[in-house]
Amino acid sequence: MVTKEQILQWLQQFASAIAQNKEYLTQLDAAIGDADHGINMDRGFQKVANQLSNFAAQDISSILKSVSMTLISSVGGASGPLYGSFFLRASTAVIGKQELSNEDMVSLLQAGLDGVLQRGKAQLSDKTMIDALSPAVTTFTQIIREGKTTTEAIQQATVAAEQGMKATIPMVAKKGRASYLGDRSINRQDPGATSVYLMIQSLSEVLVESLVTSD
Amino acid sequence: MKKLINRPEDFVRESLIGMAKAHPDLLKVQFEPTFVYRAVAPVPGKVAIVSGGGSGHEPMHAGFVGLGMLDAACPGEVFTSPTPDQMLAAAKQVDGGGGILYIVKNYSGDVMNFEMATELAHAEDLRVLSILIDDDVAVKDSLYTQGRRGVGTTILAEKICGAAAEQGYDLQQIADLCRRVNLHGRSMGVALTSCTVPAKGTPTFELGANEIEMGIGIHGEPGCERMSIKSADEITEILATSIFEDVAYSRTVREWDENKGGFVDVQLTDPEWEKGDRLLAFVNGMGGTPLAELYIIYRKLAELCEQQGWQIVRNLIGSHITSLDMQGCSITLLKLDDEMIRLWDAPVKTASWRWGI
Ligand SMILES: Nc1ncnc2c1ncn2[C@@H]1O[C@H](COP(=O)(O)OP(=O)(O)OP(=O)(O)O)[C@@H](O)[C@H]1O
Ligand SMILES: [Mg+2]
Repeated sequence: MVTKEQILQWLQQFASAIAQNKEYLTQLDAAIGDADHGINMDRGFQKVANQLSNFAAQDISSILKSVSMTLISSVGGASGPLYGSFFLRASTAVIGKQELSNEDMVSLLQAGLDGVLQRGKAQLSDKTMIDALSPAVTTFTQIIREGKTTTEAIQQATVAAEQGMKATIPMVAKKGRASYLGDRSINRQDPGATSVYLMIQSLSEVLVESLVTSD
Repeated sequence: MKKLINRPEDFVRESLIGMAKAHPDLLKVQFEPTFVYRAVAPVPGKVAIVSGGGSGHEPMHAGFVGLGMLDAACPGEVFTSPTPDQMLAAAKQVDGGGGILYIVKNYSGDVMNFEMATELAHAEDLRVLSILIDDDVAVKDSLYTQGRRGVGTTILAEKICGAAAEQGYDLQQIADLCRRVNLHGRSMGVALTSCTVPAKGTPTFELGANEIEMGIGIHGEPGCERMSIKSADEITEILATSIFEDVAYSRTVREWDENKGGFVDVQLTDPEWEKGDRLLAFVNGMGGTPLAELYIIYRKLAELCEQQGWQIVRNLIGSHITSLDMQGCSITLLKLDDEMIRLWDAPVKTASWRWGI
């Protein structure tokens, strides 16, 4: 079971990871985009972090929806609508829940991925967020379906996200600003795939951490 | 970084406050969500023209809010698309009952945020159409990229559509006109230096002392080719030739379909130009280039157009769609017809452009 507290911790952890990696994400975007990905994400997630205590009384779905609305109205750029769609669709997959079963977690992540795909219309290997998000969600689902634990699934998903993120390095971008570079986008890691890795890694840290402390 | 700023995070806000103080007769500024709108709005019965995009391109867009042009502009953070709540609030503020046209530059962020805003507006029973501007010939194909970027043609479309709205065109007519202007406009730009985003503090890309970047957009994103510095005439020739030799560009864009009540894919192809066609020639400075240099570019451009058999019947020379402090320029050529010429010449009164009034 994933509790509401863990979901709130995840969002807090992700916000901190974004703050810590703000310069790094912006640097990655400077190479193939317009040098704002870290700045955009940090603007939105600082706002989310500041609001988390107000969200605490809501159920998980409403928390995710509030996060989505905050991101949509404060991030801007491509990542605003994309992360906004991730959390909006994720929220519709867990309506009314106070805690999440493994199947709920699968639905949440799968719906989030669908939201990003629908909004951005990117495909695998277009060198976008999808290249980290899609393998992470697929791996998580697969490990859960094999009957393994949430922590095992999220740890494997983090490995998949990291591999997906690194796999963007040799890719030629076909979506977003980086696509204008053609072959010059090769040998650069995609900033959006990198922030997605941080999101999955943050979830893993929270779930694994709470397992350790509850032992 | 040397800039006339206080704190980087106040760059957009303080600049807008200054604008509002300077032009109270023309415009008002609203914050949270942020948008700039005409001092007298809505105009009853008139179609409202709303645009927006990242800041750092001034005077675009807020400098073009006023009679004969935009009803509202939504400024984002520097080089970052504004958000759907800004676009929705702006649309509500200026809706005079004739509907709203969003003029959107083709960048993934702008497109997605304006699509969300359009969906939200329809959910609130506002009548909104949106047209994409994608005129940058430096981007060759649309299959393997986001498609061409929206650059110089954007403000020409804003002027022409703004005049049409003033003259009583309805929403569908203005959307069709805007699409036509876009299909007839082509641009290409060059950077001599990078720009520096205030929040970042260092140049977005490194360019050697003797290097230039061809085929740049307006956000300090790298262009399509790096080369050594050349004379103004040679640079003009490269830019103009890219435009002259551009062949019928095709792409699929998403437009709102009023009958279906949703976005549909629309296939569009640029028409070919023919010898003798009348053009509007726009030489644009990127923010850090003196006007005198732009005239040097125009001098050669006019000569090349004449040689090629194009007639320049209108021109525009100055820094109107900029990239902060970047040195460089872009050329936009728009093939005109009688209707566009009439609308181009119609009165305009904004913070940046005033004529016919
Ligand atoms: N269509 C898309 N689908 C999925 N991801 C996308 C798409 N377009 C861009 N991205 C992701 O967004 C990231 C860039 O986000 P960023 O916050 O820098 O927005 P941006 O493209 O600079 O927006 P803007 O153009 O308005 O500034 C890319 O690294 C990529 O992963
Ligand atoms: Mg960016």
